[in-house]
Order: sequence, then structure tokens, then C-alpha cells
Amino acid sequence: MTEMSTTAFKDNVTRALADDKLQFAMTETGPRFIAKRTKAREALPEFDQLRDQARDIKDHVLDHLDIYLETYEAKVKEAGGHVHWAETPDEARAAVLEICRKANAKMVTKGKSMISEEIDLNKHLEENGITPVETDLGEYIIQLRNERPSHIIAPAVHLTRDQVEADFRRVHTHLDPKRDLTEIPALVEEARAVLRQKYLNADVGITGANFLIAETGTSIIVTNEGNGDLTQSLPKVHIVLASIEKLVPTLEDATTILRVLARSATGQDFSNYTTFSTGGRRPGDPDGPVEYHVILLDNGRTSVLGTEFQDMLRCIRCGACLNHCPVYNAVGGHAYGWVYPGPIGSVVTPALVGIENARHLPNASTFCGRCEEVCPMRIPIPKMLRHWREKEFERHLQPTSQRWGLGLWAFMAKRPRLYRKATAIAARVLSNQAVGKGRLKKVPLASGWTAFRDLPAPQGKTFHQLWKERRP
Amino acid sequence: MPETSPRVGLFVTCLVDMFRPSIGFATVKLLEDAGCTVEVPELQTCCGQPAYNSGDQADARALALNVIEAFKGFDYVVVPSGSCGGMIVKHYPEFFEPGSTEHDEALDLARRTHEITSFLTRVMKVEKVEAQFPARATYHDSCSGLRELGIRNEPRKLLASVEGVSLREMTDAEVCCGFGGTFCVKYPGISDKMLEKKLRHIEATGADTLIAGDLGCLMNMAGKLKRQGSAIKVRHVAEVLAGDYETPPIAEAE
Repeated sequence: MTEMSTTAFKDNVTRALADDKLQFAMTETGPRFIAKRTKAREALPEFDQLRDQARDIKDHVLDHLDIYLETYEAKVKEAGGHVHWAETPDEARAAVLEICRKANAKMVTKGKSMISEEIDLNKHLEENGITPVETDLGEYIIQLRNERPSHIIAPAVHLTRDQVEADFRRVHTHLDPKRDLTEIPALVEEARAVLRQKYLNADVGITGANFLIAETGTSIIVTNEGNGDLTQSLPKVHIVLASIEKLVPTLEDATTILRVLARSATGQDFSNYTTFSTGGRRPGDPDGPVEYHVILLDNGRTSVLGTEFQDMLRCIRCGACLNHCPVYNAVGGHAYGWVYPGPIGSVVTPALVGIENARHLPNASTFCGRCEEVCPMRIPIPKMLRHWREKEFERHLQPTSQRWGLGLWAFMAKRPRLYRKATAIAARVLSNQAVGKGRLKKVPLASGWTAFRDLPAPQGKTFHQLWKERRP
Repeated sequence: MPETSPRVGLFVTCLVDMFRPSIGFATVKLLEDAGCTVEVPELQTCCGQPAYNSGDQADARALALNVIEAFKGFDYVVVPSGSCGGMIVKHYPEFFEPGSTEHDEALDLARRTHEITSFLTRVMKVEKVEAQFPARATYHDSCSGLRELGIRNEPRKLLASVEGVSLREMTDAEVCCGFGGTFCVKYPGISDKMLEKKLRHIEATGADTLIAGDLGCLMNMAGKLKRQGSAIKVRHVAEVLAGDYETPPIAEAE
């Protein structure tokens, strides 16, 4: 597990850049997601209008979150379910454990849940003698490897097929060494066979939620493998783990946002399975969980409300910003060091763990703007990253060399006459060193530049000098 | 084309000023050929983007006020950069309280400010330029120009009118080259990986010339192309449109 600290990000990056398998895996997947989204978007003329509507729905919810949370809670209770409020990861973990203990649970199956990652639930369950089994194929793979997801919707995107095959052979000791597992369908089949029995044996099923609907008390999950349905409908107890910003007012609102979710994520019109759960089994129902619990996690989100960072809470975790991010595609998700990678991760993580613990993340962006361009919820990600940089600047969290360099530059830039003189000298000195070459291989204090590229040399005089000479 | 000669203030940009004045002069030529009167206000230095993107709002504001002051009274302000142009057009108005004099002035400047290729095509209605430039070229879309100012067809349309230029599109022309201002020196490894991918796409086109509209990106790409010993010549779009093939390409002596 990669650690999160100010120094670790750079180490993580160095490691990621030198990891050939990772680099191979990243080159294969990035373009595929992008092409699919582009196609799905082109096929739906009202796509951008839907994005506006989706944004407005969430903005409205965030402005009235208290009301919708109360309505939602009442509706869940009406449907026979239970709501547990968790301000911190500790409280959320404790709530899950208590429910599991009451159910005498030995094993729980899990659908994909980023909140489970956020509260590090698996470790907590294991420490308390309960075996968690991830049922999403990607999550299952990374559970075998004791890793975190490297992508919000494609947790094992950082791995190559042969790595997965090796993991299966290591853990699934029943496997015939001669059995061909080189193709993806064979790997899926093998995982399915193993998971089938787990679904039946599980005492509790835990899923996340893509949406919580206030008017009905319904939770919605979308999956492509159907694993979520089996996870939540076979065991006696179903726990929904969700953060408070997943609320939407109505079913209609949820379907509006669903129309942009899968298209942005995988380029599908809809995910294979969209599952609605309202309470547990009713009298006369042939199956379904007997108990239905929702654990609502805050973990710092309410402190984001009303601030310049509020827009981040519109995120529906589609992963489009990751797929389109050249930085993410260069280093993979683990380099970000915590649960949420990529551009939105660099906005969310500082809010949840503190900017002082995530100093690099908002800085590791070129502000190329592709994330904002594709975000279905129109989150102004570069603007939010810049706001984090402002916080770092205010709190003096940036390296001294950077502060001094920037301070000196700004001092000059605010004094045009002095600036003219200084730039004229710098241009002359640098160009003199590059006579006959046009470029410099090494420049004092510019190793960040010259480590990988030459510095094109100035032509000699500055534009302002030449302008005065030529157009006096 | 407007009936009277518009008075244009050239915002040189700090990189063009110090590293490559030829881009500034090419821009002046294009503007004058299009019938503009060009002036270069002495007060200008930098648009303030390095401060703004480093979280230093106070200095960014101070520099914005300086630019606002320097370019008062011009019909238009033209910039040979989508990045600095985007800063003035999209971000300056965000610095000031709506309703304040500064905000009004920032909005006014934003309305008058244009990147060079979009100014020529959108405002001056230039359809083609009279220039020659021998180049099998490929064009890289710099991020700010593309995504903040919506510039995509403008440079291509004008380049297509240059005698001797043939354009071929690279894969992922709209993906960042890894420059990102201070990003490229703060995270050189990530920047280099992005650059590596970009250069692979450039080389795959078989082009002998790489063109873009922002000197920062151009210096980044040229710096690595030359480090690798590539023969691809790197030029700013204004230089090509002005037919300036005598000035050595970026990072070359001749």
C-alpha cells in the first residue's frame, strides 16, 4: 500500500513512471474509454443539456441537503429500513460491525463501494473476525493483491492480464495448471465460479449507492456484472454504505443523472444493471434481505458546504476526468496515494484528509482543462485545484524555493522598468551561452527543465528592446 | 473588416519578449497586413498567470491591474498566446467584485482581448494570408487556447492559406504536451511522460514542422525534440503565417 504524505507523491510518481507493466496497462485502457464516451456523447444530441440539468439538480440538493436527508431518513424508515448517521469513518465502521455482529456474520459479500475504501472497511472487518469478499471483478482482483482501487470505476485498470492470471493461480489453488486463463472471459468465468458460492454463504451483503432518493427512500446501484444484485438480495442483511451527497430529490432526478453517468463512465447508454432498493423484504416477498440498513457518512463533507469547494460534492464518481487526464494516464491511480485518484481525487482528497497531508495533489496538474470539459456534472475541477493552491499559499505550505522564486519574479513583474532591464540581461546572458546552438543543455537552477529537455535559448535582445530600436 | 484602421495594443507576453521576439514581430506584421495600427505599451510585463496558478492572488491581481492600465483606450488587445489570452479573457474578471470599477474594467479588457489567429479570422474577417512557407506541418492545440477560448479551426484555416504549407493532423492533437507552466519544472517526470506521448504522435505524422500557438508549449516540445536529435522544426503559428522562415526554428541556431 502506498502511503500518503507530501514526500510520498513524488516517490510514487517515480515508481509509477518506471513500472513497465503499469505503463502498458495505462496505454491500453485510457484511449478505449475516451473513444467510447465520445461515441456515446455524439449519439445523444441533448447530452450537454442533460449535463446542465444534472448540475442544477445536485446544486439544488446541496443547497437544501438537511431537508432532503431528513425526508430520505423518514422514507427509509417507512419502508422498514434503518438509517445510521456516521460523522466519521470510525462511526461508520462501528455501525457496520454492530450490524454484522447482531447477524452473527462470519462472511460478508461486498458490491463496489468507494465509501468502503474511504473508511478502510475490509481491514476493520478482518480484524474483527469477519471475512469480506469483494464481488466486483476488479475489486476482487485487487483484494487478492491487497491493493487499493487505482480507478473509481475500474479498480484494477493498472494491471495487465498476465498479472491477474498470476494472482488467480496463486490464490485459487484448485486451478488446473493446464487451464488456459490468458483471455479475459476465462478469468471472468473463474472468478464467477469462485464467487457464486460466496454469495450463497454470505451472512451480510454490503453495497455502495450511486444515488439515494429522498421522495421514496430508495438506494440505487449501477453495475455491469450483476454482482451488486446478488450481493444485496441473497444474504439476510443488506447494508448500504453511502455518503450524504448521494441524495437526489426524486426518481425523475435520478434518471436524469443516470443518462449522463454511464455515458461518461464507460460510454454505455446505461450500465447493464441499475438496481433500486427500497427497504427489505416485505410480507409476501419470495426473497430479498430481511434487514435493510443505510449508513450515511459525512466525513468532512458538511464542512465543504457553503465554501468555494462545494461544487466537488456534485461528483457522481463516473471516472471520466480520470480517463481524460494526461497526468492520471501517465502515473496511474496509486500514485495519488489515497482512495480517490485523478483530477477529482486531487480536489476531494485535500478536503477529506487535510491539504497539509495532500500538498502535491492540487499542484500535479497542468490545468489543461480536459477534466472540466468532460465532467457530466460540470464541476470546475481546475478552478477547485487552484483554490487548493491558494490555501497552500496562504498557509505557507509550498516549498521555500518556490515561494522565493515566485516572490522575486512577482516583485520584478510589478516594476516594468526594472523588469525590462532584468529580462534584457537574462536574455543576453542565456543567448551568449548558446551561440551557434540555439539551445542549452544545462542551466543553473533549471534542472527541472533540463532533466529531460534542452532549453531553447533566447534570440538575444528582448522584444521591447528591438521594438524601441526598430520603431523609435 | 472594420472601415477605419483599428488601434491594436500588442500584449507581447513575457516568454515572447524574452525568448523569441520574432513571434512578436510576426504578429505585428499580420496585424498591420490586416489593416491595424499596432502599438506596444511600455507598461506591460506578464499577465500574472504564474502567480495566479501558484495560489498567489494578491500578485495576480496586481499584475492584472497593471495590464488593465497598460491597455486602456485600445480598440483591441492582441496576444500571440491562447494561454495569456485566456488569462485576460476568462480569469481577470474573476479577480474583482462584480459591480466594482475594477471588475467593469476587467470585463471591458476581456471583451477587447483576442488571441492572434482568432482575432484575424473572427474580428478582422481575414480569410487568407499572403505568405509562403515550405512545411509539411502538424498543429498542436494548446490547452488554454482550445478549451478557454475555443480556438481550433482558426489557425488551421489560416495555415491552409499559406503557400507551401500542407497540414496533417496528429492523433490527440488536443491533449496537453506536459508544459503547464511551473508544472513542468515541479513535476518533470510526469511532464516528460506526457511529452513523450505527444512527440510520438507528432513523429507518426511524418511532418517536418511542428506548429502551435503558445511559446511555452513550443519550448517544451522543441526542447525534447532537439534533446532527442529530431530534425523536426518547431515554429509559432504567427511566424508561419507571416512567412518568416528566415529566423531559425525554436531551439535551433540556423
